[in-house]
Order: sequence, then C-alpha cells, then structure tokens
Amino acid sequence: ELWLPEDVPAAAPAGFLQQLPSYQSALRRRAGGSREQRAGAQGAAGLRAAEPRGPEQHGGEPAARPAREQPLSIAEKRRLRDCQQADIKYLSGWKQWKRTSSKSFKKVLNEAKEFSSYLELWRRDIHSIEGKFGTGIQSYFSFLRFLVLLNFIIFLLMFSFVTLPSIISKYGIFNSSVAKILPKNIEPHCTVYKPSGNEGLVYFYTYLKDLLSGTGFLEVTSLFYGYYTIDAAWLSAMRYNLPLAYLLATFAYLALSLIWIIKRSVDGFKQNLVHGEDQFQSYCNKVFAGWDFCITDPNAARLKHRSLLYELQTDLEEERLKQKIADRTMKEKLHIYSLRICINIIVFAVLSGCFYSIYRATAFSQENSNDVSDTNFQPNLLVQYLPSIVITLANFIAPLIFSFLIRLEDYSPAFEIRLTLMRCVFVRLANIGVLLFSLWSHISGCATDKCKACGYNYELYPCWESEVGQEMYKLTIFDFIIILAVTLFLDFPRKLLVTHCSCKPVQWCGLREFGISDNVLEIVYGQTICWIGTFFSPLLPAIVTIKYFIIFYIKKISLMHTCKTAARPLRASSSNFFFLVVLLIGLVLAFIPLGISIAHISSSKACGPFRSFNTSWAVVPDTVSGFPAGLQQVLHGIASEAFAVPFFMVICLVMFYFIALAGAHKRVVEQLREQLVMESRDKLFLIRKITEAQRH
Amino acid sequence: TCEAEAARAAMGGSASLLPREALSEFQELTFLSKQEILLAYKRFSALLPKEERVAVCSARVPKSQILTLPELRANPFQHRICHVFSTSEDGDDSMSFEDFLDMLSVFSDSATSDIKSHYAFRIFDFDDDGTLDRKDLEKLVNCLTGQGEESRLSNAEMEQLIRNILEESDIDKDGTINLSEFQHVISRSPDFASSFKIVL
Repeated sequence: ELWLPEDVPAAAPAGFLQQLPSYQSALRRRAGGSREQRAGAQGAAGLRAAEPRGPEQHGGEPAARPAREQPLSIAEKRRLRDCQQADIKYLSGWKQWKRTSSKSFKKVLNEAKEFSSYLELWRRDIHSIEGKFGTGIQSYFSFLRFLVLLNFIIFLLMFSFVTLPSIISKYGIFNSSVAKILPKNIEPHCTVYKPSGNEGLVYFYTYLKDLLSGTGFLEVTSLFYGYYTIDAAWLSAMRYNLPLAYLLATFAYLALSLIWIIKRSVDGFKQNLVHGEDQFQSYCNKVFAGWDFCITDPNAARLKHRSLLYELQTDLEEERLKQKIADRTMKEKLHIYSLRICINIIVFAVLSGCFYSIYRATAFSQENSNDVSDTNFQPNLLVQYLPSIVITLANFIAPLIFSFLIRLEDYSPAFEIRLTLMRCVFVRLANIGVLLFSLWSHISGCATDKCKACGYNYELYPCWESEVGQEMYKLTIFDFIIILAVTLFLDFPRKLLVTHCSCKPVQWCGLREFGISDNVLEIVYGQTICWIGTFFSPLLPAIVTIKYFIIFYIKKISLMHTCKTAARPLRASSSNFFFLVVLLIGLVLAFIPLGISIAHISSSKACGPFRSFNTSWAVVPDTVSGFPAGLQQVLHGIASEAFAVPFFMVICLVMFYFIALAGAHKRVVEQLREQLVMESRDKLFLIRKITEAQRH
Repeated sequence: TCEAEAARAAMGGSASLLPREALSEFQELTFLSKQEILLAYKRFSALLPKEERVAVCSARVPKSQILTLPELRANPFQHRICHVFSTSEDGDDSMSFEDFLDMLSVFSDSATSDIKSHYAFRIFDFDDDGTLDRKDLEKLVNCLTGQGEESRLSNAEMEQLIRNILEESDIDKDGTINLSEFQHVISRSPDFASSFKIVL
C-alpha cells in the first residue's frame, strides 16, 4: 500500500542486494562448480573446505543427502561422493553398517524397478504418442492401459475362485465331485429350467446369432450364471463352499477396483488441501509447467504453441469476463437466471425422453424376443439388440443437444466445459440404470399366485440372472462393434475425402477431432457395464480385457492417421483427475444395481449357486451360523447398533480434529506470508536508508 | 572410469563401449538406469564425427550438433538447456558426455522434484541473475506461445498475465521470484512432474 518495489532506484540497492547472505549462497551454489573445476589442481584440502557449503542447508550434515540429489554437475558430484566416503571412516561401526546396507538395498530396489519397467505394457507406443501429441492425449492411453490391467486382474480373481473350482468339480479332476441338492420348501414349478443348448441339426446362422446375443449354445457355457448350478463341491475331499466363494469374489473385485482407483487418484494430490485456490487453473501452473518437454515432433510443437496461446488468451479473457459478470444489472441477472431455468427444464425433458425410450425399447425387446422364431434371423437379432441400439443413439444425440444448449446459458468457458461433461456423464451412466430397472420390473412383475411363490416371473425368466448377464454381454459386444464401425466407416473415408477432395465444405468440415472427454466417457461406460455384468457373467472381464486391448490399437491408429488434436486439449493432471472421478462415479453407480440384485431380489431357484437361499446375500448369514459360538457373538456384536453408534461418534470426533488442525495450519500459513511481505519491505526500506546515509 | 577409457583410447585401443566401472559410477551419480545410460552413450556417440567416437567420454559436442537431437529440436528452451548444463569453459555451450548425462538425469522420471525445480529455475532465468523478474517472465511466455509476431500476447495481456503470476508466486512481494518462491509454487503445481520430462 505505502511502499511499491518499483519506487526503489535500481542502481543503489542492487549493490547491497548482491551482498546479502541469501544471494551469496545462491551464487556460490551455482558458480561453485566452474570455480572448483579450475581450482581442481590445487589439491584436495582446499576443495574439501569449499564442499560443505553446498549442502549446508541441511544443518551441517553433508552426508545426509546422497550425491545424486544435489544440483551439481557430475564432476562435482563425484568429488562430493568421494568426500562422503572419506568421512565414513570417522563414523562408528553401527552407522557404517547402516550406511552400506542402505546403499545395497537401494541398489537392489533399482534393479527391481529396471526389471519391472521391461514388463510394462505398451511402453514404446505410449512414448511415441507422447512425443507426437503431448501429455494430455498420452494420459488417455495410460488410462486405457490401466483399465486393461484392472479387467485382467478381475478376470483372474473370478476365474480362480469361481470358474476353475466349478470346472474341476464338474469334470471330476483330482477326485472331486459336485453335489446338487434340490432346495426344500420350494414349489417344483420354480425349478424348471431348460436352456436350449445344441439341439441336433441347426442352421449355421443360429451359431452366429447365439454368439452375438449370448443365447443358445453360449447360455450353457461357463460364461453365464446358469452354468454354476452347484450347491456343494468337493475338491479332493476338501469341501469348497462355491456359493460363498461366488459372493465373496464379487465383493472382492468391487473392493479391489475401489481401492486401486482411489490410490491412483490420491497419487496426484499431495499438497492440494492446504490451499484453497484451484490448482489446475492457476497461471503459474500453466506457464511454468506449460510446455511438454517430451514433444519431439515439430508439427506437434507448433500445435502446442498455438494451444498454449489460445489457452492463455481465453483465461485472461475469462478474468475480464468475471468483471463484466459482477457488473451485471438486476434486470440482466433476472433474464439470465430465467433463461438458465428454462434450459435446465429442457435438459430434464431430454433426459426423460431418453429414459422413457430406453424403458419402452427394453419392454418391447423382452416381450418379442421370447417368441422363438428361428426363421426370422435378422429381425430377431434386431429385436434382441434394440436396447443397445437405443442406448447408443441416446449417448450420441444427448451430448450434441447439451453442447448446443450450454452456449445459450452464458457461463464462463471453463464452467461450460465442466457442466457439459457432467451432464454427459450422467446421461451415459443413467441409461444403464434405466435399462436394468426396466429389466427388473419385468422380472419381478408378478400377477399370479404361483409366480409370487417363486418371487420372480418363473415362466419367462426361469434363470433371470443369465438373462441380465446376456443383456450386459450384448451391450459390451455392441459397444465394441460401434467403436470399430465408426473408425472404419466414418473416420477413414473422411480422411480420404479431406486429403483428395479440395472443395470448400469438405475442407471446412475437416478431420475428426480426437475428443479426449468423449473417448473417456465411452470406455468408462464399457467399464461400468463390466462391473455390473461380472456378477451375472463371470467371464465377462476376459471379453472386456480383449475388447480394450483391441481398442487401444484402434484408437492409436485412428489418432495417428485420421484425427486432429483439439484446439484446447485437457492438461495431463486435470485429465487424470477427471478420468478417475468419472470412473469412480461409474463404480459407485455399479454398486446400486448389484446391491439390489444381491440383497433384495429373490435368486432364481432353477439355476445358479444360490438355489437354496432366498436371496444371494442369504448365504452369508447361513455361513456365519455355522461358525463357533464365540465368533458368532463377535460378528453379531460388530453388526449391531451397540457397536455402530460409538464407532460412528469416534469417527466424527477424529474428523473434527483433522478439520480443526487444517484450519489452524491455514491460519499459520497466512500469518507467515504476511510476515514475509513485511520482512521484504523492511529490508528494502533499510537499504534505501543506508544508501541515503552513504550519500551524505 | 571414463578417464581410464580415454587413456586407453589414446594408446590406440579400440574400446568404443562404456566400461563397466564407469557405468556403475554413472548409475550411482545420476537418476538414470543402466539401460538409459547405454542408450544415451549410443545416441551421444552418434553425434560425434567418426574419428572422435573412440574417446566418447572426453569429447565435446558443439551446440549445433546437440540441437539436432529430436528431443531438443522442437523445444523452445533448447538454447537455455544447453547453456545451463554445459560445463564448457569457453562459453560456447558445448556439451561433454557427462553434461549430457546430467541433463538426462534431471529430466528423467526418477529425478526428485527438488532437482527438477532447481534446474527449471535456472533454465527460466534468461539473464542468469538468480531471480525471475518481469523481463525473464516476458521472455518465458514468448517462448511458450511461439516465435513469430502473430503468436504473441498483446502488451495489455502480457501485463495482466505477469501481474497474475507474480500475485500467485511472489510471496515477499518484491516484484521478482527467487528460487525458494519458485520451488514453493512448483510443489503445488500438479502438471510439473509430468511435463518436465525427457526420455530418449
């Protein structure tokens, strides 16, 4: 306020500023290298005196930091290391041993890290993409790689705990056997299930139809829930509780996905909590970390320059816009808010339209596909795939409408992008929810008493879990076909057209932009289907792994040859954050249908491992009641209110403590900042006074 | 060591591979793995003329040759990088093999954020005076947006941008950013670790 640094005449204080201890130490650290090289001939003693000044910032123990973490050239680091090793002789035996063992341990760790980097999938591909397109797009491909690995691990989990024991016990390998206990107290009509497997001579196209829709010969394989109709299995005289294993494997893969995603998102956020500002949008982040040093292609560098210019200009403009927004009159504000309410109502209407059409399409598909008419191959397949087609259409049209509507709402550009993204995420994930809801209302829709005795519609869906599994399978296959078809039949012809035809409209249209957010929503949608579907179709993760493996190469080829990068690509770190948040939303949304299926809807009595239980969850209380009495009491105690309420209160107390701690730290940080500003002003004031005094 | 290899080459030996002791010493003194050091050796000797390839460790490559590397050729900070990492006493910014390894070590994946921010500060300090003042920031932004008249920010925009940067990072409000303030603002920057990276 009173004192502006520009007031200080440049010449006089500069001399004093250069004599300050802090400036001298910075100078010494930088120039010390060249000076020491020249003085190298003068013997070791002089050097050793000069050495400790470098690392003295760490309280005078020069051996605390290893040589390679010092910002010095290799020649100086070599001398520092020799110095440290000479100093070791003066340490006690214990410290010597500690030092050498930590060194060898670090060496072993390095070797292990080097070895594991060989095993990394697609390292060279992602490196070349990074070189040509920057880190924003590279983060998409790293995300895809992460999902391939996640799905592969989920597949291994389900296979080794569910499919492998079933296969072993069904085929009697290792003297194992399977027992099918007919459930008691169940009406016999509920247990009738005749899947149409291979029935003699069938037309060839039946196999194709079965492959695409999961019916026929696929329905009786281990791909679907119906195969696991095992109530008890003995693997070489050891009893293996398959129903419990099935349920626990489901919980395990959900928990594994949750933990892995959270761990990956936490890796990026160490310091964000103390400061309130938005770190991604800060100017310092954009300027100091703006250039991707890994870009090797001059074209990509040119694009990067342009996009940086554009980004900086839009951010500066947005700041000026904020001023304009603050200056809005009451009348303008009213107008804008009423416009926004109208548009939100339109958005709501669009969403309801989508949901209703999916609901109707599912109902139609369910009603008409149960009339077995093998003669009409194509219409039957179309009816089977109708829900998938409607969902894909909705996922395509709704974002177009949203990006058009958002322009009328007059938000700041960054907020526009975020709001459109959130709406698109919601549409894609809610569509799956509506499909499942529609399926369930058909499955649990009971008119007759006989039906109520089973708890589900036993006539149409004797094995309803396999039905749901088939729907998820169809969605996965159709999604894959659409991605393949769009790349082959839309992108490549477009590229050919743009390169060979030079008329204006075609050139104006140009190549397709590689929209990172659209592509991410696509694969998150596929992953949510996988999470929901794995309970009903244990081998689905394998199919999704292969699907994403192929999609990696499709997207890479499409990027290299047929796409251009967007004018304003997302930054790497905010991209990672966005991908993981959307993935987490998908996972949480996957919990809901699974929770309802497992705990609420009666499991089918005609197939599957949960025939003898009311619901799939019932196997857990059943197992617990087989435990010794003491353990049972402990488990009941944990699940009771007498434990839950105090536990909740303790958690609340811990949370309040940490919130108070964070607030206290924030206040201390503010005080220290103010103090620093004061110190700097004092320093310059004193220098001015000294200069004036010197002049007189 | 590398000097031993140079001595051997001077005696007419045909060693054009990196000796094992030198390799493990470089592994200890830099953040690079064995694979990366060998690759760097290969790429560096490819920059030398044929006669000098036997004594790679003692040769110096002129700046013009270094700038032909694809990793540096498209980089707007290429001159600053050569200047900062060069230990040449003639001031011609030529780089020896050890300088080259130093550079790769700082830009590698495993380098600590401390080291990276220290060298980033030196690279961005265009006038080598130990602080980032307005002129340095202006040159930095111009490097980012590209050479050429139409790819620069207008004066008003530049003023606004520099004012915002100083507001965010200049803690003691003296109009310049010193090393500790720079390291502080970098530690809060989520993009820095992934963008300040060069891998051969």
